[in-house]
Amino acid sequence: MSVASSIDVRHLRKVYGEVVAVDDLTFAVPRGAVLGLLGGNGAGKTTTISMLLGLLEPTAGEIHVLGVDMLRSRYAALPRMNFSSPYVDLPHRLTVRQNLQFYGRLYGVRALHRRVEEIAEHMQVAEFLDRQTGKLSAGQKTRVALAKALINKPDVLLLDEPTASLDPDTADWVRTYLKDYQAETHATILLASHNMSEVERLCDDVVLLQAGRVFERGSPRELIERFGREDMEQVFLDMARGRGHGFESLRKNEAAQ
Amino acid sequence: MSGSIDRIYALVLRHVHIWRSSVIRLVDSVYWPAVQMFMWGFLTQFLRPQVSFMAQAAGILLSGLLLWEVVVRGNLSLSIAFMEEMWSRNLGHLFVSPIRSWEMATGIIIVALLRSLLGLVPVSLMAWAFFGFSIYSLGLPLIAFFLILQMFSWSVGLAMSGLIMRVGQSAESFAWAAVFILMPISGVYYPISVLPYWLQPFAYVLPTSYVFEGMRSILLEHSAQWHLLGLAFVLSAVYLVIGFQVFLWFFRSSRRAGSLLTQGE
Repeated sequence: MSVASSIDVRHLRKVYGEVVAVDDLTFAVPRGAVLGLLGGNGAGKTTTISMLLGLLEPTAGEIHVLGVDMLRSRYAALPRMNFSSPYVDLPHRLTVRQNLQFYGRLYGVRALHRRVEEIAEHMQVAEFLDRQTGKLSAGQKTRVALAKALINKPDVLLLDEPTASLDPDTADWVRTYLKDYQAETHATILLASHNMSEVERLCDDVVLLQAGRVFERGSPRELIERFGREDMEQVFLDMARGRGHGFESLRKNEAAQ
Repeated sequence: MSGSIDRIYALVLRHVHIWRSSVIRLVDSVYWPAVQMFMWGFLTQFLRPQVSFMAQAAGILLSGLLLWEVVVRGNLSLSIAFMEEMWSRNLGHLFVSPIRSWEMATGIIIVALLRSLLGLVPVSLMAWAFFGFSIYSLGLPLIAFFLILQMFSWSVGLAMSGLIMRVGQSAESFAWAAVFILMPISGVYYPISVLPYWLQPFAYVLPTSYVFEGMRSILLEHSAQWHLLGLAFVLSAVYLVIGFQVFLWFFRSSRRAGSLLTQGE
């Protein structure tokens, strides 16, 4: 595995019965880079993130995060990782402060009370700290979930649709925050998103997944040029629908090679 | 080690916060044991003047009931503590955090113990207040009884929590009922010798049987059979290890099948 890589995935495969969810997936994310994982529904994004986190056991393949073999000793890496997903809730009955303190303790955060105040201030949830999490709006919950994901200042951050259900203004603010956080801490971020402008803005590199396999990989600019399109939205549509000018020229290039 | 203690403390504190935010969640811990206690308490009062055995050992039914509730409440409390995480769709966050399986099990065992005490201590005081019966008259062996029964109930609760994690919330009703299958062969209200011969060996591999036999020995013969309680303690410890291993087995199976991703749905 490359020493410079924070995340190194090799020949990852996940099979449910006869359904192949992820097939021979190989990619690496250098330290301090932001990788976008794109694909339609069922392309294998969530399955891949779940395997990276240890929620799901691969059928075959290797996963190294921060140099740690995640299939053998994931607890060595987990304190330096975190994740956020709109599909996994925080306990509704607990206040925002109690939730952040709970996860802060699980992740062994030092000077926890100060850190909770600090991250709440950064994520603009300080005024809700003593409100029950279940009583917040969807946008507020997403910001609290991000605060939880950043409570331990992770070196590797896995984000599944981080701006889902946020209004454009708040979503823009979150993207700016993530960009600043990444620049400041040199954290490695793996981002699964359906928002193509978000991907263009945040990601250094993008892996396009289709039916559990890597369809294309490159920076957003490279992919746009390769597909002969104007933006990632069009690239995504070409891939998802298997048609379009970009897709055809890509096939021709592949055939020529 | 201090990291483990911090994580276990965090898990216990989280449940205490939930109880404080919704006291109604604790009501069932008192409600059902209290209903049972009143029913058996009145029955005892009715039978006491008419049956000589009841006059001799009026406390046997209530003692049996209260000690059996230790098993039921222990199992339920542990299963509920685990399911709280599922109901709030929080398992995903927990399982990708640095908390280890044994720390999680220890945390929910402590939560289950607190919840059992919160339910059973008030009911035992009610039995004393309304029927003049004190379970505490069992003396020092009561602590051994409680510990043995709690440990055994945790083993069932851990196995059931694992099953629910693997199969989903459709297995909830089974988790509630699982422990009751052991009631007829545990000799809660009658001696094991009453059971058919072929069933008695099954009774003697359950620590519960020794506790209820021990309880009757104290109430009827005023003697504590410590060697049998020692055996029951060892059996409970073995069951607890087995229960945890079953939980881990279901956890690994859930990771393979992907059922951790769909919890709460």
